[in-house]
Order: sequence, then C-alpha cells, then structure tokens
Amino acid sequence: MRVKHHPILGEDRRKEDATIIVDGRKIKAIAGEPIAAALMAAGIRVFRKTPKKNQPRGVFCAIGRCTDCVMTVNGIPNVRTCVTPVEDGMVIETQNGLGKWREIR
Amino acid sequence: MKKTQVAIIGAGPAGLAAAIEIARAGGEVTLLDENHKPGGQLFKQIHKFFGSGEHRAGIRGFKIGEQLLEDTEKLGVNVLLDSPVYSIFEDFVIGYTHDGREKAIQAERIILATGASENALAFPGCTLPGVMGAGAAQTMINVHRVLPGKKIIMVGSGNVGLIVSYQLLQAGADVVALIEAAPEIGGYGVHASKIRRAGVAIYTSHTIQEVIGEDSVEGAVIVGLDEEWRPIKGTEKFIEVDTVCIAVGLSPLAELAWLAGCEFAFVPSLGGHIPKHDRNMETTIKGLYVAGDLTGIEEASSAMEEGRLAGIACAESLGLYSEEKARHLKEKVWARLDALRTGPFGEKRRDAKRKLMDLMEGGADIG
Repeated sequence: MRVKHHPILGEDRRKEDATIIVDGRKIKAIAGEPIAAALMAAGIRVFRKTPKKNQPRGVFCAIGRCTDCVMTVNGIPNVRTCVTPVEDGMVIETQNGLGKWREIR
Repeated sequence: MKKTQVAIIGAGPAGLAAAIEIARAGGEVTLLDENHKPGGQLFKQIHKFFGSGEHRAGIRGFKIGEQLLEDTEKLGVNVLLDSPVYSIFEDFVIGYTHDGREKAIQAERIILATGASENALAFPGCTLPGVMGAGAAQTMINVHRVLPGKKIIMVGSGNVGLIVSYQLLQAGADVVALIEAAPEIGGYGVHASKIRRAGVAIYTSHTIQEVIGEDSVEGAVIVGLDEEWRPIKGTEKFIEVDTVCIAVGLSPLAELAWLAGCEFAFVPSLGGHIPKHDRNMETTIKGLYVAGDLTGIEEASSAMEEGRLAGIACAESLGLYSEEKARHLKEKVWARLDALRTGPFGEKRRDAKRKLMDLMEGGADIG
C-alpha cells in the first residue's frame, strides 16, 4: 500500500509510470523506486525461497546490507531488490534457492 | 590510476560533513558511496533533531540532508555514486566497482564513514517475510512512501523503536503494541509519551516468544519476563499483526577498517567492535580517519560533528590549516559534541568514547 498523504511529507505526486512483470504478472510501479518498494506496494511479501528448506524470505534491512530480498531480475539471480531501481518492462522472478542464470542465446 | 587528495567512503551525515570541511579548507575530495543517492540514512529521518540551535535542533533530518547536499555541490566535491568500495590496499589504493567494472583510486588520506546496520533478533519465525528492521520500515514509509504492513508490533523501546513507531502511525499504519525486554523504556520520555498518547500499548519486561504465519507474518506471541529475564509461564499473549519491526540496536559497519588493518576495541555500549581512534578521529593507521556510527552508535547530529572533526584534522595534516587555526576549529566542534553527549544517554556514550580515545594513549583495555 502506498502512502499517498503524509502529515509531514505532504502528497506523493509521483505516477505509476512503469510496468514490471513479476512471476508472469504485470504490476504497476514507479520508475526509479526500488523493486522491493514496488512489490511491497503491490502486497507481495515472499521474494525468494531458501535453498535447503524452501522457506520464504522477504525484505529485512531495506538498505542493501542483508541480502534477504534477492530475486532474479532480467534473468540475473541474487539481485538486491531493495537497492535496485525499477525500469519499465523489468522481468522479476521469485528466486528458488541460489537461483539460475538465464541461458545466453 | 585515478588519484585524489582525500577519499571519503560513505556519503551519509558524517561523510558529507567531512567532505564539506575539507573542501572549505581548499582540499580536493572524492566522496564514494554505494547508493544511487547521497545522504545515507538522513532522508528517512523526518523528525526534528534534538540539541541546541547550534546543532540545528528543531530541524527535520531530511532538511539537514538537503542542506549538506547543497553545500557539497557548491564546494565542488567530487561524488562517486553507485560505487561500492570493497577494499583498501597498500598505499591507500581503494578498490571499488562501478557499472560492473573494477576501479581503483589512490588517496593521500582516507576517511571512513561507513555507518551501521541494524541488529537482528533470533526467535522462532524471525525469518518470516514481514519481520524486518525498524529502520527498514522507516526507509519504506518515509523515503519510498510504501507501508510495509497494516498492523505492526515494534520490538525494542530505544529511540529508533519509539520514533519509528510514531512515524508508522503518521504513515497510516496501526502500531498495535511496542514491547521492551527491560523493565523500563530505553529511549527518551518525550518520544514514549507521544506514542502512548496515540494509543500504542507499551509492554515493558516483555519479549517476543514466536512469530506465527504460513508464508508471512500472521501474528506474534509475546511473553512477560521476570527479574532474571526468564519468560513467565502463563503470561503468553497472542497479538494479531502482519508486521514485526525489530529495533534492538545497530552494529558499526567496520569491514573496511578491519581490511585496512586498524586496531579495534570491543565496546558493547557503543555497539561492538570499534576502530580505535584519537581526538582527531585518526585510527591506528596514520592518515586513516573514521567518523559517524562506525566509531560507536550515536545519532546523526554527532555523526556530522565527528565528520567535521575528521575533516578539519585531515585538512590540518595536509597543511591546509595551521595548527592554531585547526585547534580553534576543533575546539568549537568538541564543545558542540560534548553538549550533544549530555543527559543520562549521552553521558554513557561520552564516557565510553573517552575510554576508547584513552586507548590510543596506551590506556587499559575496556572491560
């Protein structure tokens, strides 16, 4: 959920001007915001599953330190979504375990 | 290889303040940061800062951040963003990456201002999505304008826990409870009163027993603690929440200081292992300075003052200031720092810092 109105920060006038594809589903996002913020705004909380026990993980530190929020972005695994900005048309996948590199054609 | 007179690593409050001081003295500065934007954690601090007028008290953190950025730009500080530093090699060669490529820059002096990261807390369910650092939630609401959840429990009543609870309310979330393992609230009374007035239930002598949920947080079980900090059977209470924020302190991000070979001291009251430094903020390695949370967890106001100290001392060592001029400038900063380190919270930090600085003069290790 986005914080549109804020008593200190005022109105958020940014527009959802980008579309990202998350596990095949189109989601509206703001170009330049972190991928993690766009997913959180869309109510997505599980970003990856752990390699051994297949447990869900999401955002923990949100400043690029803990690596809990890594996902596969445009075919590249282990991308820290909390510090990687959204670009229009990005393809984002929930990462299973250590992830797989997309085959280079 | 690129060369610079002074390289500063970390463009948060400490690094920016240091850069401004050196540029003012006529030095040439390169400021490196791994993020897309400078400012560190200043821009998520939307509350008014404490202190006196000299500390710019009463001004909100993000406004101070904007001022610092304006000053660095005006003074022509060279800022390298998206540039994570991965090591410091011999002769002050700094290795960093940019745009997927290896880069290096050599400096005559280095100031480390790498900040801190939030501590985690271990309990069953602590890895479930929805359990996050309080600072993480603060970043999400105040910088990215996204709510991490609707019903939130805050763990920890230090100033971060108290302030972020209030800011979550401002952003429209419902903070259901704040719990604290100690018998008393850790942070300032004014912050605690604010969230109490807003209707947040505060449970002291309570800890989190477990967090429940399938794929993300669905609720938390809290439990009362006795005088020996042991859970009291029968006091378990289930609270329905979708988010658990953890505010149990920070740890200095000291990796680069370790890699550079600095000597360290373990000071629990300052957050853990801290690079030893003197009143000039110089470490056991000549020409390598430190400032901000890396030198002990405090607040942005003291981080900025420490950055100024390191900057002035660094400029002095480069011959940009006479000894007398530098002494005069440093005394003014020290007066402000000492004023910030007053009161029951500040004094503890001031004493710990003093002991740490005494170590540089051959004092005994801190117990």
